[in-house]
Amino acid sequence: MPDRITVIENILSKNDQIASENRALFDQAGVFTLNIMASPGAGKTSLIEITIKKLTKSLQIAVVDGDIATSIDADRVAAVGATAIQINTGGECHLDAAMLNNELPKLNLSDLNLLIVENVGNLICPASFQLGTHKSILIASIPEGDDKPYKYPGMYSGVDALVINKIDLLPYVPFDMDYFIRGVEILNPGLVTFPLSCMTLDGIEDWLNWLLKLIKYE
Amino acid sequence: MHELPVAESLLEIALKYAQKAEAIQISHIHIVIGQLASIVDDSVQFYWDIISKDTIAECAVLHFKRIPSQFLCQNCSQKYHPNNNDFSCPACSSTNIKIIAGREFYLESIEIET
Repeated sequence: MPDRITVIENILSKNDQIASENRALFDQAGVFTLNIMASPGAGKTSLIEITIKKLTKSLQIAVVDGDIATSIDADRVAAVGATAIQINTGGECHLDAAMLNNELPKLNLSDLNLLIVENVGNLICPASFQLGTHKSILIASIPEGDDKPYKYPGMYSGVDALVINKIDLLPYVPFDMDYFIRGVEILNPGLVTFPLSCMTLDGIEDWLNWLLKLIKYE
Repeated sequence: MHELPVAESLLEIALKYAQKAEAIQISHIHIVIGQLASIVDDSVQFYWDIISKDTIAECAVLHFKRIPSQFLCQNCSQKYHPNNNDFSCPACSSTNIKIIAGREFYLESIEIET
């Protein structure tokens, strides 16, 4: 007999459930966690390197690096003094909560103050997969263009802070900051933003201060 | 390109509900996806055909209901579908907007044979 059954269940509910388990582990260990997302080349690894360099004296930091192949990024962050774990997703375009969960036993979470997850460079897929981290950070960069909030609303609407990297290139590339910010503001009202340059280090202090405050209170 | 994990999740959820109802076959699956969620229907169906083999969901037809994104202007209460490169309110140009539709991403129902 044919029959119709109502389901109404979020398609990624299992991922969300593992994400909650990750969060519980982080909270239990007292480690503050970030999920850093951006398109390839926006400056994820550069921002992480600088963050480690500036904070490594006072904080124990580890990085989980998601990439489709290679350990270039993990090597870079290890070189500046953080514990680094590489996840090669083997072509998968994002990290999911289970992939992160598998790596956590390799870290002594309770010895850490800050765990940074560097997601795969992509503005689409990572937005759909919660990892359980405390804050999701998006890095936009000036050469990508000012239309990105309009083209990737899913990503821009789901993050807790926005870093605008490569502001030192503003004199050289067409980028209408008002147009960009208008799109951001509609999708994510009141979103905290950090215009900065990982090259000149302009604006880095604001980012670090924001982060330090959060680590202290979490 | 995250259609494979999406297809796997769909299968898991559909089988769970079908088993509860003691179904012998799942014939249709109805999925609701908002415009702000990025999923390629054909690609999900492609993975589905592979992973559902030898389950009671083999040969099930996937139906995707697409929900266009809809914004509500908090200033003048205008409801509208945003255009591609300007999200502000077409009536009053306000940017004080609430997204009221377009984020949907769920399995709505399944049709089964018992």
